[in-house]
Amino acid sequence: MRIPLLRQHSVLPGFGLAMGWTLFCLAVVVLIPLSGLFFKTATMTGEAFWQTISSPRVINAYKISFGIAFAAALINAFFGLIVAWILVRYTFPFKRIVDAAVDLPFALPTAVAGIALATLYAPQGWLGKPLAELGIKVAFTPLGILLALVFVGLPFVVRTVQPILEDLEKDVEEVAASLGASRRQIFCRVLLPQIFPALLTGFAMSFARALGEYGSVIFIAGNLPNVSEIIPLLITIKLEQYDYTGATALAVVMLLASFVLLLLINILQKWSSRQ
Amino acid sequence: MSNAESSSVKSTAVQEPWWMRVLLIAVGVGFLLVLIGLPLSAVFVEALHKGIKPYWQSLLHPDALAAVRLTLIVAAIAVPFNVLFGLAASWAIAKFEFSGKQFLLTLIDLPFAVSPVISGLVYILLFGAHAALGRWLVDNDIQIVFAVPGLVLATIFITFPFVARELIPLMQEQGTEEEEAAILLGANGWQTFRRVTLPNIKWGLLYGVLLCNARAMGEFGAVSVVSGHIRGETNTLPLHVEILYNEYNFVAAFAVASLLTILALITLLLKSFMEMKFATGKKRH
Repeated sequence: MRIPLLRQHSVLPGFGLAMGWTLFCLAVVVLIPLSGLFFKTATMTGEAFWQTISSPRVINAYKISFGIAFAAALINAFFGLIVAWILVRYTFPFKRIVDAAVDLPFALPTAVAGIALATLYAPQGWLGKPLAELGIKVAFTPLGILLALVFVGLPFVVRTVQPILEDLEKDVEEVAASLGASRRQIFCRVLLPQIFPALLTGFAMSFARALGEYGSVIFIAGNLPNVSEIIPLLITIKLEQYDYTGATALAVVMLLASFVLLLLINILQKWSSRQ
Repeated sequence: MSNAESSSVKSTAVQEPWWMRVLLIAVGVGFLLVLIGLPLSAVFVEALHKGIKPYWQSLLHPDALAAVRLTLIVAAIAVPFNVLFGLAASWAIAKFEFSGKQFLLTLIDLPFAVSPVISGLVYILLFGAHAALGRWLVDNDIQIVFAVPGLVLATIFITFPFVARELIPLMQEQGTEEEEAAILLGANGWQTFRRVTLPNIKWGLLYGVLLCNARAMGEFGAVSVVSGHIRGETNTLPLHVEILYNEYNFVAAFAVASLLTILALITLLLKSFMEMKFATGKKRH
């Protein structure tokens, strides 16, 4: 069957079948379940909704979730750029292994990362003990959340910046150098403007991922209300108390935040591919 | 200025001085060692620190075996489903022109942007006993949430974009000429797909399946919400790790975690191998 309005003419068959199945899957798996969130929210009065999403405990959880996710994305942007840089520009032993290791946070189940980090940084752990002697507590504090979020977000920055660095043309740098620019000037004026859109995209992706992260955080966070309680955890707490509308209201807020970020990432990617 | 001088000026401006290079490598590699290397080794050290016997006992415990079985079942349904979806979506999106394509791509990407906890929550809302559909299901003795179907659904949701996102750019790059030639030479649609398209995309497909499978077996947040945590029945491996850890049974928790870590390492190994050999996937961005 042809869908004349939608499709331009092609000799290839199967558009109707492929598109039909695609839309069916999309509707059943993604769209209908997600729209349930909005239907459920619609059963709440505006006032009840507002009270749920602006109670002091929830406000503190926003601060923790957004604040720490932002800090983690910043740390990832800094170290991610360095890692991408050394992987593209330098040679050193075990480079291939280092390159592959960057993807580990993608591949390692978050629960495993969570218990491993919690054990390492616990007061008796390999790193927790020396840090505790310095008076720094990581596990069961907001610092632990930061650590877990840096872990899960790292590959995003490296993997968005790396291909851009690979495609940079060395000629431009040579021209700048022969015109008398110093290395620092070349980096700031020639390289950074070209990398920047990708870096920002990686930052936004890492932030978006960190915002929704659950598995790796809950083991190391300590989960104290108002101190180290993230929004995704608060959603599961409300679910366990059978407060389905409360959980849904928070989920809607988070979902809207994700949509805004997704839109932003799309715009950034367009910008970055134009550069 | 002599020739030698000018080339040395040039080289310090084109490349960083040696101490800067060493410093950057040390910072980058050091960061990765602490952030990734240490947790990785901690898993195996903790799993084995009371010897090999408790390790095996933890892995051979009936609940652990049940978790392995359930994880395999969930992945065995979710991955093929997403392959079927990915093949159809990439065929429709990459081989045809239609309006609203960008919007469709964004919708397919949605599960990447949603918190895993929310992915689980939406199925509770849809099929939980408090909802109309959920009550009807309970009356008819069909269990979806807090049972295996719920785990499968949540896993499909989480891994939904993986295969499609891998195939769409690949198929767009390959264009439609070969398929058009096959059709004009008299092949039917199915023959064209099987003999022309599939061989062209097989490595990309395998790459997508690999990533999809790793995520399906390792997913925690979404399945944790829909599982109900019934030991030996609705616990996948990551959920089993959580239960053991919260019971302070650390050796067993890390033993089970080591299975998942080995899975992740194998995934990375195969992934690097495929990228090296076929240069797919690297062009995702």
